[in-house]
Amino acid sequence: MYKPHIGSCGSSTIMFISKFSRLGAQAFKGLSEAPLTTPSRRSFFPIVQNAYSDSLTRKLFSTTPTDNPQGENKDNQKISVTFFDKDGEEQEIKVPIGMSMLEAAHENDIELEGACEGSLACSTCHVIVMDVEQYNKLEDPTDEENDMLDLAFGLTETSRLGCQVIAKPELDGLRLALPAATRNFAVDGYKPKPH
Amino acid sequence: MLVPPETEPQPLVFLSPAVGSPSASPLLVSFSFQSPSSPPGIAAFYKQLIRAVSQLPNTLDTSAIHLRLLDICDSSDICPLRRSEEKEPIFPGRILSGRHSSTSHAMLAFGSMIGRKFSSATSHPLRVCVVGSGPAGFYTAEKMLKAHEGAEVDIIDRLPTPFGLVRSGVAPDHPETKIVINQFSRVAHNQRCSFFGNVSLGSSVSLSDLRQFYHVVVLAYGAESDRALGIPGEELKGIHSAREFVWWYNGHPDLSNMTLDLKNTDTAIVLGQGNVALDVARILLRSPAELATTDIASHALDALRESSIRKVYLVGRRGPVQAACTAKELREILAIKDLHINIKEADLVKNPADEEEMKNSRIRKRVFELLSKASSKSGQTSGQQELDFTFFRKPQKFLESDDRKGHVAGVHFEKTTLKASGDSGYQIAEGTGEYEDIKCGLVLKSIGYKSIPLDGLPFDHSKGVVLNSKGRVIRACDDGEHEEGLYVCGWLKRGPTGIIATNLYDAEETVASISEDISKGELTSRKEGREGLVELLESKKIKFVTFGDWEKIDCEEKRVGSLKGKPREKLTTWEHLLQVITK
Repeated sequence: MYKPHIGSCGSSTIMFISKFSRLGAQAFKGLSEAPLTTPSRRSFFPIVQNAYSDSLTRKLFSTTPTDNPQGENKDNQKISVTFFDKDGEEQEIKVPIGMSMLEAAHENDIELEGACEGSLACSTCHVIVMDVEQYNKLEDPTDEENDMLDLAFGLTETSRLGCQVIAKPELDGLRLALPAATRNFAVDGYKPKPH
Repeated sequence: MLVPPETEPQPLVFLSPAVGSPSASPLLVSFSFQSPSSPPGIAAFYKQLIRAVSQLPNTLDTSAIHLRLLDICDSSDICPLRRSEEKEPIFPGRILSGRHSSTSHAMLAFGSMIGRKFSSATSHPLRVCVVGSGPAGFYTAEKMLKAHEGAEVDIIDRLPTPFGLVRSGVAPDHPETKIVINQFSRVAHNQRCSFFGNVSLGSSVSLSDLRQFYHVVVLAYGAESDRALGIPGEELKGIHSAREFVWWYNGHPDLSNMTLDLKNTDTAIVLGQGNVALDVARILLRSPAELATTDIASHALDALRESSIRKVYLVGRRGPVQAACTAKELREILAIKDLHINIKEADLVKNPADEEEMKNSRIRKRVFELLSKASSKSGQTSGQQELDFTFFRKPQKFLESDDRKGHVAGVHFEKTTLKASGDSGYQIAEGTGEYEDIKCGLVLKSIGYKSIPLDGLPFDHSKGVVLNSKGRVIRACDDGEHEEGLYVCGWLKRGPTGIIATNLYDAEETVASISEDISKGELTSRKEGREGLVELLESKKIKFVTFGDWEKIDCEEKRVGSLKGKPREKLTTWEHLLQVITK
């Protein structure tokens, strides 16, 4: 479970800092890579395949750690995950096997809320898996996770809670989008009842 | 000063010489971390830096600050720190070329942090006051602090305790929903944020006072009243709003004296089928032994232990497809041990419009499926508690008891049927002219909360919200102009619906409006802010409660709770709450 470190200064400052460090990260990338482009929003909403191709995809894409070409690499205990924030800005991070995406996002100062700290009592760590193949490699959401996803803003067919997506070798290269919250708030007429 | 590492591997942050020492010039800030490529290390490192910098006195001259990088060995194993050559001193905000790019990010962040710290001490900060410390208030404060680095945010609340409905609304057996308090506490600990409890808008301080002191006033005081049914007999004893019942079992100080008779009847009727209705039904039906390990108020636990209520009706005007609850709460109540569930098979028959509603709403579909599954469960055993989902019933009047004068004895319902309302696909309940009485000794009305208007505040009485456009308070006259510096968030803005997280997006919208107005050049005059408020409160001899004071209450509640095997024992009276602070 995610246990935040409580400092004498608020999380807002941490978030502020993260903006800066991200700028920094981009500046460094810029030296060696092509300029960053804003990813297309279209790719955020993939379509889930039918049951048949679903299981086929699972077989085709499922790998074991030993299949991993990077198996000998010292990074073999970590996978690469790229987060796309509300503005489409991307940030690639390394996530140790076994760590949840919520935890990983917080370790890397990615602005993913986690109001209940991974106890399956809120939907604030909602992420959208951008590749359906990757989505299909995940265990099916439990009833409890689905109950929370019911309340997530901007729900898609490949939505999950970040706290329930745990890094495993076959998820290397996972791409996760954070829902464009404000936009969805404005257009989403659905208002669930309070607790 | 040394900030010690908490667990390995952890960064070390040194500020030397001792902060606060008059001879501290130039201030040397050195830092290092082990296994810099590990994300946990970096995150912890940032936090250490922030903590260290937050402890620097405001009076220090920025040019006197030098950063020095301590190099460390590469091994990810725990190993002793090794000092390298001292790098050249840098000016805050400049990137120091580091051995590792993460180091540079940290340096950049640190530099900007220092620059920010000092600039806010010399310029005139944006003064913000948030009224109400529930989720809407705290999310607004958090987003304001984040969006405006110079902003100073004060949160006032009429209660001595913060967190609004997270404390007095969320059910005691939902501790995981309350975890968000950790996040709100971090916001309150931000040095640019202050909490003023026991300060009531209207009596302690007026809205015009606040608007005079602050550039931005955000009203987020929620909905502290109830919608009424407006039917005969509503004033009878034994009829309460669900809000009162919830405040009572959650130890809200306004309702610690409420007498609730649970001993003279075996039946309760809950009007409404939303999550609040499910909460109150669950609290009535759950075993007191289980509730005893929660933070339920002790007066409520005592009353529930003596409760004779065996049967609860959850009554809705419409059908199972329209039930307003969410799947989690429904699943939970259906799972109560030894509880018999009554759902009429006939009520589960869907019309084409129902099918359409379910197709369009995942939650409606899942709630319906849960209800259908529950209805097909096996028969009742004797002595079992019962929960009856009663659909298609509209309350017409409350029935008075013959033997207990002035006390409710039942509800007279009209049966309803669904009728399409326009082309929206929305269906409303229409009376059929057939009636049914259900006997009971307790009624809890869970038909919605209502915000309380404030003198001089443009209010839409039909919707029960402050007139606003994306959080900007709109003048009552038709000119479409907004009240400068006055904003609204949460239930007071959009009405009493939604979950805690809804306020996150709501606050984002309101803060975006504020930011837009600031960028247009509004809100530039000089304001007294916190000093003005404190001066006024002191002149009126109002003892406000700080966040530190609240932490005393928090500690005391947890201490007493631990003696009883509860996470906390809430202090439920104003006297007790204020007593702990002055100890």
